[in-house]
Amino acid sequence: MRIFDPHIHMTSRTTDDYERMRAAGVLAVVEPAFWLGQPRTSPASFADYFDGLLGWEPYRAAQFGVVHHCTIALNPKEANDPRLQGVLDLLPRYLAKDRVVAVGEVGYDEITPAEDEALTRQLALAVEHGLPVLVHTPHRDKAAGTRRTIDVVRESGLPPERVLIDHLNEMTVGMVADSGCWMGFSVYPDTKMDVDRMVTILGEHGLDRVLVNSAADWGRSDPLKTRAVGDAMLAAGFSEADVDTVLWANPVAFYGQSGRLDLSSIPAELTTAHVTTAATAAVAAGGDYAGNTVLRGSPA
Amino acid sequence: MTTSNVPEIPLTVLTDEGSRWLETAMERVRADAGALTALFPAAGRACGRGPVPGEPGWTLDEAVRARLLLALPQTGAELGETLFELYAHGDAAERLAVLRSLPALEDGGGLGDAGLPLVRDALRTNDARLVQAAMGPYAADHLSDHAYRQAVLKCVFIGVPLAAVAGLDRRSDEELARMMADFAEERLLAGREVPPDVWPVLELHPTLLTRIHALIGEER
Repeated sequence: MRIFDPHIHMTSRTTDDYERMRAAGVLAVVEPAFWLGQPRTSPASFADYFDGLLGWEPYRAAQFGVVHHCTIALNPKEANDPRLQGVLDLLPRYLAKDRVVAVGEVGYDEITPAEDEALTRQLALAVEHGLPVLVHTPHRDKAAGTRRTIDVVRESGLPPERVLIDHLNEMTVGMVADSGCWMGFSVYPDTKMDVDRMVTILGEHGLDRVLVNSAADWGRSDPLKTRAVGDAMLAAGFSEADVDTVLWANPVAFYGQSGRLDLSSIPAELTTAHVTTAATAAVAAGGDYAGNTVLRGSPA
Repeated sequence: MTTSNVPEIPLTVLTDEGSRWLETAMERVRADAGALTALFPAAGRACGRGPVPGEPGWTLDEAVRARLLLALPQTGAELGETLFELYAHGDAAERLAVLRSLPALEDGGGLGDAGLPLVRDALRTNDARLVQAAMGPYAADHLSDHAYRQAVLKCVFIGVPLAAVAGLDRRSDEELARMMADFAEERLLAGREVPPDVWPVLELHPTLLTRIHALIGEER
C-alpha cells in the first residue's frame, strides 16, 4: 500500500513517527502551515517557521525515505492578531518556492472580519501564483463556516477543482461535493472523523475528489491513521485499486496541479507497481530533480 | 564569461525558453537587485534541474542561480547583505546555490569577508548538504583557524566527506589533528567506530597517531 498523507504537521512529530510512517507505506507528505499551539507575536516567527517547512523538515523527512512538500499561509486563528498582518506581506516570497504545492491552511476559525480579509487576500495570491488552495473548516459552527467558505471561494474566481476543503464530516460533505471542490477528511483518534465513519462516507459518496489525511500534530492524533483507513477499506470490500485512488492518486492529482510536486526521489519500484495517469503526470510536471536523494547525512 | 568555479552553461542544455528566461532575468538583476526575490526561487522551474554536462556536482538550477548572482551590480559589504538576505529567505536549493557561488562572487564582486555570516550560519545547521557547500574554497580562505577546525570536525561528525572540504592541505594544523585524535579516542573508548576520514589528518602528525595506535593496542 503506497500512501500520500496530504495533511500532516510533521514539525510537531518525532523521527520515530517518520520511521513508523515509512514502514506503514507513507512515501510522501504535505505539511500545511498552521498554528503551533503557542501563539506567535511577530512575522519574524513565521519566517522562521516557513524556512523550517522548506529547509529542515524536508531534509529530515528524506532521511527516512519520506518526500516532504508544504503549503504556506497565514492561518485563520492567527489572522486575528493585528501584530501578524505583516505575514501576508511575506507570503509572495514563500509562495514562489519550489516545494510549496498550495496556499494553506486558510479559512475560518471564529469567522471574523480579519479572517475574511486574510482569506480573500490569500485566495487572490493563489490565483496570482498558480497554486491550489487548502482550506481549513472551523471546529465550532462547522456547517455555517463551511457554507460561507464555499461562497467566498466561488467569489474568488478560483476554479473549484483547485480547492481542497478539509476536516469534513457527515454534515459538511454533501455541500462540498456539490461545490465541485475536493473533499478532505482528517481521521483522528477521537474527534473530527474516525476510521469506520470514513469508510461509510467513501461507500456513500464514492472515491472521486476524496482525500484522507491524519492531520497529525502536537495534539492527540496518529500519523498512521491513513494506513488504518486503507486497511479498513480493504476489510470492507474495497479493492486495492480503490485504496490506491484515495491514498495515493487523489492527493497526487490535487497537489500536482501546482506543477511543483516532485516525487522523483521515490524508488521506481514503489511507484511503477500501480502507476496511475495522475501520478505519472505529476512526476513529469515535477521533473527529475534528485535533491532529496543526495548527500543524506549519515548518523554519526 | 568564465568566472572561477561557476560553470559555463552549454547552450545545448537550456531550452530556447530557458535561455531567454535567463537572459531576461540577468538583465533585470543588473538593473535592480530586488528582482532576485522572485527570480531566484523560480530558476529551477524556468531552466531545469538536471546535471550540467562536464561539471560534476553542479545542477542546472544551481548554475543558473550562480549566473543571476554574478549579474548583481553590487560589491563588498552591500553585496554581502544582499546575499545574506537571499540565503536567509531561501529554501535548501537556493541556499546551496548562494554558498557555492561565493568564490566566484569574491573574484567578480570583491566580496571580501562579507560572505562569512552566511557561511557561519550554514555551518551551524544540521543539514549535511549545507555544511558541505559551506566548506568550499571561500571558507578555506576566510574562516579563522578556530572556526575552520571546528567545521572540519563537524564534517567528520555528520558524515560530510573530507574529500569535499577545501583547503585541508594547507590548513590541517597540529591543533586540528589533536582534536581529531581526541575524537578518535572518545570513539574507541565508547566501543564505536572511528570514521575513516580521521586517519589522513592524524597521519600528518606522527606523535598523535602513536597515541591512538597505543590506545587501539590496549583495547585489543
